[in-house]
Amino acid sequence: MFEQLSRGVQLPTRRAFREMSSLKRREMRDGLLFISPWLIGFVVFTFLPIIASLFFSFLDLNITDGILSPPKFVGLKNYITMLQDPQIWTGSSDTPGSFWITIRFGLIALPVGLFLPLGLALLMNSPHLKGSMAFRSAFYMPYIIPFVAAIFLWGGMLNPETGWINRALMGMGLPRESVPNWANDVNWVYPTYVIMGIWAVGNAMLIMLAGLQGVPTDLYDAAKVDGAGTIQTFRNVTFPMISPVVFFNLVLIIIGLFQYFLVPLVVNNGTGRPGGATMFFNLYLYRTFFTFQNMSYGSAMAWLLFFMIMIVTVFLFGTAKYWVYYAGERRS
Amino acid sequence: MRAITWRNPRSTARTFGVTTVTLVLLILFLSPFAFMVFTSLKTQDQISIVGAPIWPAKPAYYEYNGEEVEVFTVPMNKCQGSEDDNSEKGLAMVKKGTKESTFFDPDDPERGEFVCAVSWRALDRPWQFAPTWSNYTEVWNTIDYPRLMWNTTYYAILSTIGVLFSCTLVAYGFSRFDFPGRDFLFLVLIATIFLPAFVTVIPTYTFFQRIGWVGTWLPLIVPTFFGNAFDVFLLRQYFMTIPRELDEAAMMDGASRFRILWSVIIPQSYPALLAVTVFHIVYAWNDYFGPLIYLSTNRDAWPISVALSTFNGIYGAQPQLIQAGALMALLLPLILFMLAQRFFVRGIVVTGVDK
Repeated sequence: MFEQLSRGVQLPTRRAFREMSSLKRREMRDGLLFISPWLIGFVVFTFLPIIASLFFSFLDLNITDGILSPPKFVGLKNYITMLQDPQIWTGSSDTPGSFWITIRFGLIALPVGLFLPLGLALLMNSPHLKGSMAFRSAFYMPYIIPFVAAIFLWGGMLNPETGWINRALMGMGLPRESVPNWANDVNWVYPTYVIMGIWAVGNAMLIMLAGLQGVPTDLYDAAKVDGAGTIQTFRNVTFPMISPVVFFNLVLIIIGLFQYFLVPLVVNNGTGRPGGATMFFNLYLYRTFFTFQNMSYGSAMAWLLFFMIMIVTVFLFGTAKYWVYYAGERRS
Repeated sequence: MRAITWRNPRSTARTFGVTTVTLVLLILFLSPFAFMVFTSLKTQDQISIVGAPIWPAKPAYYEYNGEEVEVFTVPMNKCQGSEDDNSEKGLAMVKKGTKESTFFDPDDPERGEFVCAVSWRALDRPWQFAPTWSNYTEVWNTIDYPRLMWNTTYYAILSTIGVLFSCTLVAYGFSRFDFPGRDFLFLVLIATIFLPAFVTVIPTYTFFQRIGWVGTWLPLIVPTFFGNAFDVFLLRQYFMTIPRELDEAAMMDGASRFRILWSVIIPQSYPALLAVTVFHIVYAWNDYFGPLIYLSTNRDAWPISVALSTFNGIYGAQPQLIQAGALMALLLPLILFMLAQRFFVRGIVVTGVDK
C-alpha cells in the first residue's frame, strides 16, 4: 500500500482521454460506475466536509442555548486565538498544555506500540515455539474485545485497592503506601493508559508476523554461511526485509497517537483529571465542539491537528528512503 | 528454519524455555479475563474486606438442625476430647461465647456437640466458594440488556450489509477495470485512512443535525453503503489473485460485467468476504465514538458500548457490577472470534502482505 503511496501515480491527461477507443471509454464508464458508491461517498462524507471545516475555521460560528449563531467572517481570528490559547500551549502551573500532553504521552506510548508487537511477532516466528498457531490466536484475541469493556477490565486490574496488580505488588513486599495510585495519580496516569492499550497489540503483531514470514529462507541460509550471529542477522537481514511493515505500523501509530482521546474520555470522564494531566489535544477539541458547541474554533483546531499530522507524515516518508527497503523496487 | 532436531538436547531445552516463557506471558496478558469473571461473581462485602480471597467466596455456613450456623476455624487442641490434636478445623458454631463456645463438626457428625475453650471473636471464618449470580440479573435488569443487544445487533447487521454491498462493487471496479485516473483515485481512497477524523466530523455532524438525523442510527448506517478504505483494499487485494482467464471465459459466453462479478468473482472470494463480514461485525459491535456522538441524546437507541461506558458513573463503587456488565458486552465478539478465528487471523495477513 505504502510503496505505491511513496512512488505516486501519473494523472491522466486530456490527450490520453481523446485518444481512447470506444471500447476503452466503455471500460472507463463501467469502472467508474462500479466505484461510484465510494466516489459519491468520498465527495459527500469526506471532500465536502473537509472544505466546509476549512471554511468554518474562518468564521465565528457557535451554538448558544441551542441556537446557531449567524455566521460571521472573522479571518484568521480563530487561528490567532489558538496559537495563544494557554490550554493548548502553556498549560497551568501544574500541567503542560494539551499539545505537550499529547507529545509527552506519545513519546511513552510509541516505543511500546512499536516494539511490543515486533517482539511478540519475533517470538511467534521462533522455530523453538511449540503451538505457535494457538499462541497467535490467543495474543490476538483481546483485540476484538469492545474497547470500553477492555478499559473496565484493565481499570479493575489497576484499581489501587482491589486490583490484582497492586495486590501482586504488595504480595511482593511493597508497602501499602508506596503502591501506585494508577489512573488517579499525575505521575502514573500515562503508564496506566499504556497498559490499558496493550490489548490492541494483536493486529500489529499479525501484520509484523506476516512480514517476518515473508523473508526468504535462503537469505537466512546465506547469512549463516557468512557466519553472521543472531544480532547481525536481525540487523542486516530480518529488519531490512520487514522495514516496510514496521514503517506502515509506525505511521499508523503516530497518526493514532496524535488523535488520542477516547481512553481519557472514558477513564477520567474527559475531565482532564488527575490535575489536568489528561486533557489531550484531541480531547480538548472534542470538548470544544461537543460540550461548548464552538464549531469554528473546533474546526481551526482540527486543521491544526491535520497540519501537524501532515508534517510528521511527510517527514516520515522523507526518512523512509534511508531505512525502509522495498524488495524488487527499482532505484534510479 | 522450522526443522527442529529433537535428538539435540540443547534444541529441546530451548524449545522448552521459549514455549514456557511465552505461556507465562500469555497468562499475564489474559489475566484480566480471570479478574473479570472472579470479580463479577463476588458480593459487595467480599470486595471491601481486606485479605478476602481473589475467587468469589463467602464466609462458610453449615446447615444444622434446619438453621444456618456460621463456620469458624478452630484449633482442635482447645476442644474437649481432642486435646492432642494440633490441627485446625472448620467447625459449625452452635452457641457463641466469649470464654468457651459450643461447636459441631460437619465432617464428624457422630461426635455430636462439644465445647472448646475459645472466644468466637478471636476466630477466623474460612471462606467457601460461592458465586453471586445475582450480579448478572441485576445488570441485566438495570440496563435493559435485551434492548441493548437488539440495538447493537441491528447496527452490526445493517452496517455489515452496507459494507459488503459497497466494498465488493468498489473493489471490483478497482481490480478489474483499466481506465485513466484509476490509480490516482485508489491512492485517494488509501489516503483517507490518514485523515484525522475531526477534520470531517464537525461539518458532518452539523449536517446530520440540520437534517434531523442526530439521535437516529442513520448517520452510522448510511455511510457504510458508500465503502471504506480498509475493506475495499482487502477485497481488491483478494480479487486481484483471481485469474483473469476466468473473467475472459465468462465474457466469451456473453456475460455482462455485473454478471461476472456475481457468478465468477464473488463465488471465488468467500474467504475474503467472510473476513470482511466478521471484521465489520466486531467493529460495529465495539464502535464507541460513532454511537457516542450521534446517539447520546437518545437513550433508547444506545448500543452496548455506550451504555457500558455510563457504568463508571453509576456503579463506580460496585466493581462486581461493572465487571458483570463488561462480560455481558464482550461475550458475543468473543464467541464470534472463537468460531471464526481463521478468518480474523487470515484477513489481517491479506491486508498486511502488501506493504
